[in-house]
Amino acid sequence: MTLKVDISHEFDGFSLKVAFEVGAGITALFGRSGAGKTTVINAVAGLLRPDNGTISLGDQTFFNSATRRFMPPAQRRLGYVFQDARLFPHLSVTENLTFGIRYAPRGVAGPDLDDVVHLLGLQPLLDRAPAKLSGGEKQRVALGRALLSRPQMLLMDEPLASLDGPRKLEILPYLERLRDGPLGLPILYVSHAVDEITRLADQIVLLRQGQVQQTGPLFDVMADPAVLPVLGVREAGAVLQAQVVSHAADGLTRLRISAGDLHLPGVQAPVGTTIRLRVLAQDVMLSRTHPAGLSALNILPVTVTGIHPGEGPGAAIALQAGSDRLIARITARAVTEMALTEGAECYAILKATSVAPESIGR
Amino acid sequence: MTADAAAWEALRLSIWVSVWATVLAVPLALWVAWLLARGRFRGKAMLSALVHLPLVLPPVVTGYLLLMAFGRTAPLGRSLDAVGVTLAFHWTGAVLAALIMGFPLMVRAMRLAIEAVDPKLEEAAATLGAPRWSVFGRVTLPLIAPGILAGLVMGFAKAMGEFGATITFVANIPGQTQTLPSAIWTALQIPGGEGQAITMVLMASAVAIGAVLLSEVLARRVAARIAGT
Repeated sequence: MTLKVDISHEFDGFSLKVAFEVGAGITALFGRSGAGKTTVINAVAGLLRPDNGTISLGDQTFFNSATRRFMPPAQRRLGYVFQDARLFPHLSVTENLTFGIRYAPRGVAGPDLDDVVHLLGLQPLLDRAPAKLSGGEKQRVALGRALLSRPQMLLMDEPLASLDGPRKLEILPYLERLRDGPLGLPILYVSHAVDEITRLADQIVLLRQGQVQQTGPLFDVMADPAVLPVLGVREAGAVLQAQVVSHAADGLTRLRISAGDLHLPGVQAPVGTTIRLRVLAQDVMLSRTHPAGLSALNILPVTVTGIHPGEGPGAAIALQAGSDRLIARITARAVTEMALTEGAECYAILKATSVAPESIGR
Repeated sequence: MTADAAAWEALRLSIWVSVWATVLAVPLALWVAWLLARGRFRGKAMLSALVHLPLVLPPVVTGYLLLMAFGRTAPLGRSLDAVGVTLAFHWTGAVLAALIMGFPLMVRAMRLAIEAVDPKLEEAAATLGAPRWSVFGRVTLPLIAPGILAGLVMGFAKAMGEFGATITFVANIPGQTQTLPSAIWTALQIPGGEGQAITMVLMASAVAIGAVLLSEVLARRVAARIAGT
């Protein structure tokens, strides 16, 4: 079932015009604050009526400005997890969870209360009142409540934004379970946090000032130097899949990627699993010759596939490493001095690598 | 009829009239409060002004306007009379007068309560599949319950105390339209009636204080339930 969005909307001097499709898995709607993310997700949910365009899910038309079709939010059957949880304060956790069950059409498959309580670890919370829950617990209940309304799809608007670091880590595994579990719900996930997206998303829709800048599979989009200005110099970087080969006694883990092996600290995932690695563009150095006598352990042979000069003194270099792609951010002067051109062979030195702290299992 | 029996009769009638006025006003007041709090329509300011009119008009004027509209010879009164409803100089008229005088107070309390409900909660309920009426019944209504209760008490207290509009519209007929305030006023007109007046003053005060205490207890329970303690 594919969600198709093609809308335009004007408000307060801001104009939004976006078109994209969302299929299975987690699709991240990414952009800085003010890019129009919440406007888009609210339009999908039916909480906002766009000026023009169409929104459909499978063969159901949610909105069509030409035929004046507007399906009310209650009939769309989309589970919406809000940034601020929005639990009903006068109902217990159990009553919140089961709020939407009675509105789901008869015979629709979906999880029951036990499944959701088990999936999200809600057993100890059931009799409590929302006011007595922590931020992370509230979000888990909100997620369970959305799931129990038996939605066709989940919408999540920055569900982790209001949580601090440890609370985020508490929720992320549940979201991964949801993605990889038997429910298999498509999820539209709004976020401005690159680390959440690299950990969770399969697809990414990059919004910038009310326009879709780029869309596609996460690995492709993140490895495209053109996204560097959108993500920002500090956040841009390719995402790789790596297999855990072995854990050494000194605390380093050997990880296999297509271009060779990497040795990284702090990897908890068991041997044999696949994890995602995020290699920040600013953490990649380039050398024309194989460097010797360097403290860096992780050196990969790469081919330059593109050079994108930036506005300032920097340049983004697209690299092919085996079947993977990387981005390096170096100075334009270095590009000239090293005589880097497309097709040039060189070595990428990974100064440091930020690794998602837990296995992603794919 | 002894003086005490007359006092009890006035009390009974006042409570009877006030309960009717309150019960009849609540649904309408809730609807108007909803319109004023959430509605977006032309003439909202007009509606608000109209609702609040009885608060600023002299009660006697309101009573006289009612008489002009619902008197037996007035067009509206005549048509109502034809279907068997009599208002002027009848206890039902006292209900109408009490209802109209208490209405702005009720609407005000309920409107404040509705405005305090975060519409985001109602949105959340809608995304869970709840139709409009369900959202109101399962989310909005429980959350505004304290406001409704407050409005109820205000309306009831106002109805119990209503004098000017009532005596103008339905007069002061013992056992029929003589409410407690009218009876107190009457007693004070008679030499030596102070004793009877004081009995009724105590009655009126007891009912008023009782109503406030009851509403306080109920409001606390509701608030505790909503805060989830």
